[in-house]
Amino acid sequence: MLTKLINRYIRPYGSLLAGVLVFQLIATAASLSLPSLNARIIDNGVAKGDTDYILRNGAIMLSVSLVQAVSQIIAVYFGAKAAMSFGRDVRGAVFERTLSFSTRELNQFGAPSLITRTTNDVQQVQMLVMMTCTMMISAPITMVGGVFMALREDLVLSWLILVAVVLLGSVIGVLVWRMTPLFQLNQVKIDTINRVVREQITGIRVIRAFTREPLERKRFDQANGDIMRLAFTIGTLFAVLFPFVMFVMNMGSVGVMWFGGMRIDAGDMQIGQLTAFLQYLMQILISVMMSTMMLMMAPRAAVCANRIMEVLNTSSSVAPPTAPVTELPEHGTVRFEDVEFAYPGADAPVLSGVNFELRPGQTTAVVGSTGSGKSTLVNLIPRLFDVTAGRVLVDGVDVREIDPDLLWSRIGLVPQRPYLFSGTVKSNMAYGDPDASDEQIWQALQIAQASDFVTEMDGELDAAIAQGGANVSGGQRQRLSIARAVVKQPEIYVFDDAFSALDVATDARLRAALASHTQDAAVLIVAQRVSTIRQADQIVVLEHGRIVGVGGHDELLADCETYREIVESQRSIEEAAA
Amino acid sequence: MSRREPLITKPDSPEKEPAAPKRPRQGPARMGHGPMAQNVAEKAINFGPSLRRLMGMLRPERMLFAVVVAMGTVAVVASVVGPKILGKATDVIFNGVIGRQLPAGMTKEQVIEMLRAGGQGQLADMLGGLNVVPGQGIDFSLLGRWLLLALGLYVASALLGFLQNFLLNRAVQRTVYRMRDEVRAKLDRLPLRYFDAQPRGELLSRITNDMDNVSQTLQQTLGQLLNSVLTLIGVTIMMFTVSPLLAWLTLAIVPLAGVVSVIIGKRAQKQFVGMWAATGELNGEVEEAYSGHALVKVFGRQREVSQVFDQTNQKLFNSAFRAQFISGIIMPVNSLIGNLNYVVIAVVGGLQVANGRMPLGNVQAFIQYSRMFTQPITQIASMANLLQSGVASAERVFEVLDAVEMSPEADGQLPEVIEGHVEFRDVDFSYTPERPLIAGLDMEAEPGQTIAIVGPTGAGKTTLVNLLERFYEIDGGQILLDGVDIASVPRATLRSKLGMVLQETWLFGGTIRENIAYGKPGATRDEVIAAATAAHVDAFVHQLPDGYETLINEEGTNVSAGEKQLITIARAFIADPEVLILDEATSSVDTRTEVLVQQAMARLRSGRTSFVIAHRLSTIRDADLILVMAEGAIVEQGSHDELIKARGAYYDLYQSQFAAALNGE
Repeated sequence: MLTKLINRYIRPYGSLLAGVLVFQLIATAASLSLPSLNARIIDNGVAKGDTDYILRNGAIMLSVSLVQAVSQIIAVYFGAKAAMSFGRDVRGAVFERTLSFSTRELNQFGAPSLITRTTNDVQQVQMLVMMTCTMMISAPITMVGGVFMALREDLVLSWLILVAVVLLGSVIGVLVWRMTPLFQLNQVKIDTINRVVREQITGIRVIRAFTREPLERKRFDQANGDIMRLAFTIGTLFAVLFPFVMFVMNMGSVGVMWFGGMRIDAGDMQIGQLTAFLQYLMQILISVMMSTMMLMMAPRAAVCANRIMEVLNTSSSVAPPTAPVTELPEHGTVRFEDVEFAYPGADAPVLSGVNFELRPGQTTAVVGSTGSGKSTLVNLIPRLFDVTAGRVLVDGVDVREIDPDLLWSRIGLVPQRPYLFSGTVKSNMAYGDPDASDEQIWQALQIAQASDFVTEMDGELDAAIAQGGANVSGGQRQRLSIARAVVKQPEIYVFDDAFSALDVATDARLRAALASHTQDAAVLIVAQRVSTIRQADQIVVLEHGRIVGVGGHDELLADCETYREIVESQRSIEEAAA
Repeated sequence: MSRREPLITKPDSPEKEPAAPKRPRQGPARMGHGPMAQNVAEKAINFGPSLRRLMGMLRPERMLFAVVVAMGTVAVVASVVGPKILGKATDVIFNGVIGRQLPAGMTKEQVIEMLRAGGQGQLADMLGGLNVVPGQGIDFSLLGRWLLLALGLYVASALLGFLQNFLLNRAVQRTVYRMRDEVRAKLDRLPLRYFDAQPRGELLSRITNDMDNVSQTLQQTLGQLLNSVLTLIGVTIMMFTVSPLLAWLTLAIVPLAGVVSVIIGKRAQKQFVGMWAATGELNGEVEEAYSGHALVKVFGRQREVSQVFDQTNQKLFNSAFRAQFISGIIMPVNSLIGNLNYVVIAVVGGLQVANGRMPLGNVQAFIQYSRMFTQPITQIASMANLLQSGVASAERVFEVLDAVEMSPEADGQLPEVIEGHVEFRDVDFSYTPERPLIAGLDMEAEPGQTIAIVGPTGAGKTTLVNLLERFYEIDGGQILLDGVDIASVPRATLRSKLGMVLQETWLFGGTIRENIAYGKPGATRDEVIAAATAAHVDAFVHQLPDGYETLINEEGTNVSAGEKQLITIARAFIADPEVLILDEATSSVDTRTEVLVQQAMARLRSGRTSFVIAHRLSTIRDADLILVMAEGAIVEQGSHDELIKARGAYYDLYQSQFAAALNGE
């Protein structure tokens, strides 16, 4: 998955990668030739007392260093460009794909998970690509080149390289292998302590009211102690790592001096070669260390890549029409014809055999207990889901054939969870109609019973709204969300349990104001309160995904058992408390 | 609006906690020994004092630190002497090589004499500086001794290095543990006012993210800083003992690496700031687009949202690319400086050797020293950024530690048996001095009575809860429980007599049984079941796969909102309090569950003095006393009939709220 993802999105930057490779090769070659040049200075210059030779070769070494630095910088330039472009493109692709999802796919992944996938996961993979371009590529080159150069200096001593590389590689490998799961565990422990703290802050009133501070202290101490103990273990492994690396390198030097000394004494090797060999050994060992450590990043990035690919490999269950209809014959009508909706693999459909109609100027209420399929029903109109059988017609045409922009322009949706966008009151209202005048906005706010508190906010229409609407109360959020739909002046209003946070009086005033404003529009209301629905022109009673009654309040009270139960239960709430 | 009414905004919000203010962090560097943790772009306001205070946190570990420093010093000495010893070994080899080429049987002086006569003055000079025996090859016993010494030093250095790292890690982890503990303990002493005055995400972020960042900073900087400084000192000393000339040359060249790191680092930092700003912006846009997914579609905003995202994505690309590139320059430039130094030493040292002023081994040793010198300088420079962000985080944690605490606990006593007589006597209270809320309030609740608190949405009905539970302290007057001023007893004593069921159904991530038992420490299983039965929890628990042991997950998705309310009622049942505070729900709960909630609440109320934030007409009508609130203040009190007759605020409220709803039913 990781390689597939990288392959797919790095392809356009192949030339940059080729540049990285070329310049890294040059840089590595340059840095590998330095010890050899130095060896020549010692053998031919120092040992023979030839100062001219020393100066000449010194100048060469300097220019080689310069070449090395410059090519490395160029390689970083190309590498950073390729990696960051890759990140940008993947991020863009995940975002576009997610936007194309229907509510079904969105729920399947969950918004928080999708957010992490778009931001953090992409970043991790991008970082891996960046590291690969700047460091990983040069490590194997250095390793191979270093071995080659070292062998050129002396073939017999090469067993020392083998021993040192195997020793270093295996010990670091074992440490990394031991550490990787510990890092994951560490993340879990950090998440745990964060969860405990979050609970303690959000539940502060309950904790204090029940005087459970000692218990909470214990819970925290437990989590805190866990983290400390794990950090001890991880720290111990790290404590081994660096002294050990140094140890192997130093042992290598001592070994080279001893065995090299023997070869020099036998006249098989020159002293400058010994020095060069020593430096190649160091370069090789450093690259071994780097690549082993880099391997730590790979599994983590692979997990992220999988999560990204899952998104990219999912396509929306709501496909756009191939020949979109752009002219609709009717205005303000919705018809459900034998509608069925089932989740794939589910035993029972969420909705089945649903037939009813919304007409312009009429209010239709949908009632039913939790899980009866009300929200699903509502979401079928703007195609947040698609039916699995039957059809939904808006203004006389199957929603699956209507141009999506046209379809959405006809619908004013107020969702169950009122969501406001960060910005101002006005910018939120502009969601309904970007060209709405202040006057129109105030009118909508008045209808939604929101003008009073907006007037009291700092800056009125320009008052800041935090992301999600976190800085206003639930009731206020609901009313602003309603106003946003009113500003749009749609032909079809859909209120999905949109009055729940309002008190009965506000609810009543709001509906009265709305009724005078939405004369020609079709209105669909999902609600719990009998007082909210009883005046509707038509009430649809849902139970387990099927319609068990359609009609007016009195009519249903007379012949619909489920409806009677709902009304009874509300009345008995009054009585229960008596 | 939330400013005016700080307490009422939470309960009816169905959304989760407001997200913590976006403080971009890089995920992978959690345990962060990687190169990425340095990128948090923040600055401390008072760097010096905050750093000192952070270091002060390490005080309890000072004995351990002394040991660590001592060990580190020895380890560094051992590793720093190493190259010099290896240099000696090189000399032995070099002498052997030269000696072998010279005719055997002559003394060194004779050979030099001969060379000068032969016109090879330069070679003669070099020989003068060497310890050669003509005709003799490498002295392996001497070489062996030097190498064994080096071996011993390296082994010692490795062992001490390990011990040092090991102990330092312990010291740091214990310090972080204590600091976390201190912050949490502080939470217990902070007044509710503190929690209400800021977004919870903000406080949470300080205790979690910032604390993590401090922990990482301590872990990564302390050890490296110590080693770097010690190595720097050790290497400088050694370089001067080997060759003052080369030492001065190195001191002239290598610190350039530090300077370059700082200069380029600053420029990179600027780009990193831009990168984090863009990341934050992008994350915000993504969060919005996904949370408001359906709305973006239905309101036809997909294209705009996409466009804005692309722009920010491009902005992120631009700054990220620049940041990575600029910071990527540091390493090659530093290695160029290192190589420059290397060449200078090789050339100057080579000339010295050739002139017989220095043995070759010294040049060899020096090259190693110059390498050892470059690394710590670069490290110290790169740690500057990390330290900056760590201290900035520490500062944010210190702000929590320095927040004003609750007034100290009084040591009064409540009577053994509480009847539940509650009296407000001339109570004054306000959240902010500029906006007095309650002035001279008198109110009395007889044992067993029900007091209904009514008022429109946002009238400040939770204020009374805050005062009764002493979440907030009153500004004047007294609140008496069975004749005892509640301010004269410890808060825990008072609260153990009160029970509370809020609309905000806070449950923690444990099992249903644990959540019910939360009301009474050490509750038996039978007690839990009895409470659960009384609160209608028992009935639905049996439908769950794990019964009472069902885990309530963080989102609470496995139990419905109504069921959660029932659990909180069971929790209050098991606590068996003398005085109750109840909040009737307005949020949408399945009508059938709502009947159960109402029944359970009614049962819970019987026989206890109850304060009910009431929405149900029946509750209000049957209350012994109704408190009518508006704009945070109590504007009227009395029974239903009295208040209707008075034709005041209650009458208006009654007309608007309930008359409409009751018509026709």
